[in-house]
Amino acid sequence: MPELKALPIAARAAECPFDPAPELREMLHEDELRRIKVPSPLLGEFEAVAVTRYDDARSLLSDDRLLTGQSLPTQPGNLLSYDGAEHSRLRRMLTGFFTTKRARALRPMIDDVVASRLDALAAAGPGTDLVQAFCAPIPTQVICELLGVPYADREDFRHRAEVALDVNATREEQIQKATDMQAYMAGLVARHRDEPGDNLLGGIVRDHGDELTDIELMGIGNMLLIAGHETITSMLAVAIALLLQHPDQLAIVRDEPSAVDGAVEELLRYCTPATILPRQAAASMCVRGQQIEEGERVVVSILAANRDPRGTGRDLDRLDVRRPPQPHMAFGHGPHQCLGQQLARTELRAALPALFARFPTLRLAVPADEVDYKTTALVFGVRTLPVAW
Amino acid sequence: MRVEVDHTRCAAVGRCAGIAPEVFDQREDDGVVILLDAAPPDSDRVREAALLCPAAAIVVHENAAPTPGTPITPRGSHV
Ligand code: HEM
Repeated sequence: MPELKALPIAARAAECPFDPAPELREMLHEDELRRIKVPSPLLGEFEAVAVTRYDDARSLLSDDRLLTGQSLPTQPGNLLSYDGAEHSRLRRMLTGFFTTKRARALRPMIDDVVASRLDALAAAGPGTDLVQAFCAPIPTQVICELLGVPYADREDFRHRAEVALDVNATREEQIQKATDMQAYMAGLVARHRDEPGDNLLGGIVRDHGDELTDIELMGIGNMLLIAGHETITSMLAVAIALLLQHPDQLAIVRDEPSAVDGAVEELLRYCTPATILPRQAAASMCVRGQQIEEGERVVVSILAANRDPRGTGRDLDRLDVRRPPQPHMAFGHGPHQCLGQQLARTELRAALPALFARFPTLRLAVPADEVDYKTTALVFGVRTLPVAW
Repeated sequence: MRVEVDHTRCAAVGRCAGIAPEVFDQREDDGVVILLDAAPPDSDRVREAALLCPAAAIVVHENAAPTPGTPITPRGSHV
């Protein structure tokens, strides 16, 4: 056996961080399913089957023998910690709160949040970091609304969330803030138990409070924070950085309301901010005649899969916000696919056109090749995005 | 056209209800698809909903005449 290649499977091409790393592209065109060594801060370096083809990814992610729960430390209430019947029991309690109608009903609140951030941005003036001023506060405010965090607590909440989820913070800082957040969630859950608020977490307590423990409810709150904060922050930031480098595409997003929904899908497909999905095989299984053994780890690069042209006859490496409907897996696939996807779409559809309409001359305040992308992180983002207008 | 949905496959994420709300809705309690019109007038949005359904739970039969008694005029708003 040749020595396995070590490859951060989330890797993106050095010269164009929106594209998958050349090694991933190579694998996309090979017939054999390759094993690679994945460096991971959480699990140490581990060996895994790398999946890059769209069809393979789709069939594996919808196969219930492939588990998420085993690849991560268990967190009660976090859907990604469960598989099979336990997962569907918990997920079914939550899906009613994440329907298209519910997401649509949140639109006025989201528009208000966006408007207040645009005012803050105008007040801060050119040179401001868009991540801090716009991309991060929007999802944080939305989550505060969903969880029922009172206004007076929001500044502290935002600070705790940002440090707890900040990859640049020290381990001690992160643990401290995560502990504080846990204590805060406990208080929130206790308040909803007393008197369920008129918001998402309150609704879950009202409808399913007798089936869920306090620890599970806290876990649900934490899950929504973790899943809904960094993903939206990153997606907004990378989509804005990308559009600022494609002014023709930006103009469509800004000027054509009927093109916005499709444009957001294309941006999701092209950026695929949640770059890889880790899994573990609960039984041995077969993909295109090739064996995956019981217990083997599997990493699915939805980034590579979303560029796989097989069977489409389309050039999927090109950004085209007017592209005809193209299925993609930026929200994952199968039982664990993103619970918050309609909410995510609503946030992106509200925020992007509003930003470009308010600041029609928006531009990067640093040269495009100096934008500080996170090219190997599990969630693709930018550290800072200085803009001017 | 004629439309069929598979409730057991449905992933309850509401793609269809977002794309073609005149034909698809979701149950309040668990988000599973509700088919509002099984024989809608010819519609690209319904085709798009079937194409983009992440659970492949929607089947569209082309050239199927509307069954008697179903509306043949478009419903819902075009946005
Ligand atoms: C652009 C924004 C977002 C992207 C790209 C995204 C992407 C994803 C992906 C790829 C998964 C599947 C993970 C896996 O299978 O291993 C997922 C799961 C999940 N997402 Fe999102 N997400 C986004 C926003 C949100 C928001 C706003 C929320 C809620 C507030 C949310 C809540 C969740 C939850 C709860 C899961 C776990 C579902 C399960 O395991 O059953 N996400 N997301």
